[in-house]
Amino acid sequence: MKNRKAEQFLGFLILRACVFFVIAALLIILIDIFTKGAGSINWEFLSAMPKKGMTEGGIFPAIVGTFLVTLITAILSIPLGMGCAIYLHEYAKKGKITRLIRMSIRNLSGVPSIVYGLFGVVLFVQLLKLNTSILSAGLTLGLMTLPWTITASEEALKNVPKAYRDGALALGATKWQSIRTNVLPYSIPGMLTGTILGLSRAAGETAPILFTGAAFYLPFLPRSLSDQFMALPYHLYVMATQHHAIEKVRPIAYGTALVLIVLIFCMNLFAIITRYKLRKVRLK
Amino acid sequence: MLSLSLKYRKKTWISRRLKEKLIHGFFFFNGIISVIILLGIFALLIFTAIPAFREVNLKEFLFGIQWNPTAYVKNSYGILPMLVSTFMVTLGALFIAIPLGVGTAAYLSDVASPRVREITKPIIEILAGIPSVVIGFLGIVLVGPIIAKIFGTHNGLNALNGSILLAVMALPTIISISEDTLTNIPDSYNQASLALGATKWQTIIKVKIPAGLSGIIAACMLGMGRAIGETMTVLMATGCAPAMPESFLGPVRTLTSSIAIELGEVAYNTTHYYALFALGLVLFIITFLVNLTSDIILHKYEKVNR
Repeated sequence: MKNRKAEQFLGFLILRACVFFVIAALLIILIDIFTKGAGSINWEFLSAMPKKGMTEGGIFPAIVGTFLVTLITAILSIPLGMGCAIYLHEYAKKGKITRLIRMSIRNLSGVPSIVYGLFGVVLFVQLLKLNTSILSAGLTLGLMTLPWTITASEEALKNVPKAYRDGALALGATKWQSIRTNVLPYSIPGMLTGTILGLSRAAGETAPILFTGAAFYLPFLPRSLSDQFMALPYHLYVMATQHHAIEKVRPIAYGTALVLIVLIFCMNLFAIITRYKLRKVRLK
Repeated sequence: MLSLSLKYRKKTWISRRLKEKLIHGFFFFNGIISVIILLGIFALLIFTAIPAFREVNLKEFLFGIQWNPTAYVKNSYGILPMLVSTFMVTLGALFIAIPLGVGTAAYLSDVASPRVREITKPIIEILAGIPSVVIGFLGIVLVGPIIAKIFGTHNGLNALNGSILLAVMALPTIISISEDTLTNIPDSYNQASLALGATKWQTIIKVKIPAGLSGIIAACMLGMGRAIGETMTVLMATGCAPAMPESFLGPVRTLTSSIAIELGEVAYNTTHYYALFALGLVLFIITFLVNLTSDIILHKYEKVNR
């Protein structure tokens, strides 16, 4: 009996150690970036252009670039993803086509980000002649986020009770009327929350924008959507590996990493808190 | 008057139906678009990769051990070193991530109190949200020097470094799907085992994990798919020497990092350019097969349990 208790104790200890390692990995990442990056953050760093071959100055154009490209991503991915989720959850009947669509979505979310980059180069940069630009990069990222947007939106639709739809239908409303008045108003907040999580991942992606629009160094802001742009993740990559004086620009690299993480963290936190609140409201 | 209103009603009824049909069609198009994108990616990769094989023969491409598209005399396009590198880094990552991930999942589903679970889940979500470029950066500034110190290598940018980082990136996927699987195992399994006098630990090891094995395997395969396709981390942390890898402590260059390094410098529509798309195609096919297998396993599992 004692033996078995000891065995269980030991077993749980191993499991706890696993959890500990996972949490430690995250803590190490965050602590390293925060402690070493905090020193380079000041108003100038956030609001100035890079200077003297990027060894001094700020990362303002990279912040603006990431913001703009994420905006394009959202504009493509949110409506399309919501539409697809509405089809799958409200209209689709069980059958081959629905199965095929679901399988495609799951597989799309497993396609490597660099493959989306290649796709973007051929489709947007070359075939559609958008050149390397914010638009090309944003659209590429938009396609990449689509599976996440769809899944998140469908989750939100699942949470609307069936009675809401039936109520509208029983009063003589058409299917679309019931969706528009009784389903969407209750599910859109949930859809947006899930979508923000997807967008935050897109904002941190580098591989898809490497060849579709991100620029090594541009000492000015993009003037239109067909300009190239600087982006935070690509800037970090450049500062960490491509710069001619890597050791000298380490503080800037750390600062960029910190800004990127904080940006993504805020988006995540916003989404998680909203979701938590929504869940609470639903429970009442 | 009556007939007029009836006529009017009929007309609105028809237009209402037409409108509904149109809306249905619109959403159907939205739904089908993911299929179009997946096929589109596949088709564009194939069409852009094919011209490469006018100059390179397929056998040489798949089994050649030298990749040198910008050689002085004769270009060579053998991807075997990259395939080996990719699998080496990925297997290393799985070796680390599977025990940790499954252990964490088991802890969260069977041992942890609800409060601990509430705290740990967002932590894992945050881990999943950390951009790959940041993790790659830490591979250079944090993991690299540690490896260099322990093993006495030059700069610590090698396959081991890549494996460690990819393990961190694959963990969230493995944990969340394994945990879902373990939580979805019917409680009767659990109770039957406990009623026979097994301890909670014995139940986890001998009942729950075997019962959820297919789901756990699927989770690990999804994690593997992520690791194979990951670009920035391996690009930054593995040293990227385009030769056959010798050991975990040597630099390696995966499929993904080769594309990332060379596509920026290559001229459009040259054999080299097409060859890079052929790399992309190989990558796409590998990840597609891995994901499809895991998808089939998960699907089968769902059916058995409901």
